[in-house]
Amino acid sequence: MGVVNQKGVITSTLVQQRTNKLSFGVPALKNISIKSIGILAAIALWAFVSALGIFSTSLLPSPWTVFSSFLRLIQNGVLIDHTLSSLGRVFSGFFLAIAIAVPTGLVLGMWDNVRKAVDPVIEVLRPIPPIAIIPLAILWFGIGESSKIFIITYAAFFPIVLNVMGGIQQVDPVHIKAAKTLGANSLQIFYYVVLRSAIPNIIIGMRAGVSMAFISLVAAELIASNAGLGFLIQEARYLFKTDEVMVGMITIGLVGFAINRILLSAEKALVRWK
Amino acid sequence: MVKTESFIKIDDVTVNFSNNKNVHTVLNHMNLSIEEGEFVCVLGPSGCGKTTLLNCIAGFQKYEGKILLQDQLVSKPGKERGVMFQEYALFPWFTVEQNVAFGLKMSGMNKQQYLELARSFIRMVGLEGFEKHYPSRLSGGMKQRVSLARVLANNPSILLMDEPFAALDEQTRQHMQSELLKIWEQNKITCLFITHSIHEAIYLADRIIVLMPNPGRVALDIKVDLPRIRDRNDDRMFHYQKLISAILEGEVA
Repeated sequence: MGVVNQKGVITSTLVQQRTNKLSFGVPALKNISIKSIGILAAIALWAFVSALGIFSTSLLPSPWTVFSSFLRLIQNGVLIDHTLSSLGRVFSGFFLAIAIAVPTGLVLGMWDNVRKAVDPVIEVLRPIPPIAIIPLAILWFGIGESSKIFIITYAAFFPIVLNVMGGIQQVDPVHIKAAKTLGANSLQIFYYVVLRSAIPNIIIGMRAGVSMAFISLVAAELIASNAGLGFLIQEARYLFKTDEVMVGMITIGLVGFAINRILLSAEKALVRWK
Repeated sequence: MVKTESFIKIDDVTVNFSNNKNVHTVLNHMNLSIEEGEFVCVLGPSGCGKTTLLNCIAGFQKYEGKILLQDQLVSKPGKERGVMFQEYALFPWFTVEQNVAFGLKMSGMNKQQYLELARSFIRMVGLEGFEKHYPSRLSGGMKQRVSLARVLANNPSILLMDEPFAALDEQTRQHMQSELLKIWEQNKITCLFITHSIHEAIYLADRIIVLMPNPGRVALDIKVDLPRIRDRNDDRMFHYQKLISAILEGEVA
């Protein structure tokens, strides 16, 4: 690179930034078009297979049938209602999980001995899938809202607690040394060094947590519910409306995707320094 | 309290590292005095205990014996002993300005005051205009400038530097050495500079202490009697180089 002096270093960084800005538009556009090609190809394959007529249209409706049901369910408000009640559950469970998992993860990350004691408990509980929690949830909380929220909380808890713990443990010891020689006390070191360095991992934990919350949503709504996307799918199955089953599935996918995007932009805003 | 002559007194300091059955003596009954305003380079091959010595003075390393800084016993890190690390140790989540202001902010200074002070130190190390940048966007030399500004802003009575320029390329390193001397000439802060480069030591130091390993001890303690700014190709620098090389090679072979 031939960086001769300080001025040379400065110029080269500025030049680099400028080229980054100039070239930004083209790759972004290219990226979007590649991504839409993937989705269009998947829809085309679906349309092709359903048009072959091997499967009955009542089992595999065409994309157009599903799309028109989608529009109809939006227009009559049914889809919106179900989506809102599912979102309410997902977020109640997710926020409850954050409220429990973040402090727990901080404690486990900070104190080695507590972590050593608690780790086996987490490792045994973690492989139990949310669906296996349903009977216990019904016995403990009945068939109302609280048992569904319990299942979602349980599912979202583990990825959050493990990532928060990992983030705290990953703090670079040299940063703690530096903070000490600069006169920071323990509380200041925790707040300005340990916690700050763990933020990227904490956000990763939240993203993993919210997707686990969505994955467990249908399991939670298997318990006697009368609203929600899981309920919509179940009810449509009883009525043999495959198109509405698919509308419910796709809606879960789209909402989960949107929330992940929102968290990704939150991550970008919070972790500008990376 | 009776004032001793030495600014820093290292009195019979021993450090043992033990793993399983083996006890390895890193520093063996070391005695050393450093005067106020002195620029001391500690030089030696890896394993000679030079970084351990710095860690003891910084308060990171437990030791037997006594280390006194202005008659105060050293037992834990403190802001009167500023440390510059080879790996910069800048907080990546803070901007240049926030990094430099860190110590001041921790001491409870108000925001306007610490930002003003931080900016003046950023100017001193020649990084004006980079206040709002994050460290990830800076080159190695610039990061080490920020680190220097951060330490100096805290107004320490001694600067402990652990091979601060070792990770830089040769040209940047030489540039940083003369910049460091320029800043040092301004406030004559006491410096303890760890290095494994003979050239660096002769260029920077008032006094060079050569440590040798197994067990870590002082093999040479010599004043460098040359005016600054030194010419890197001066014949008299060569004299010191021969002297130090002879000791290093003699003992290693």
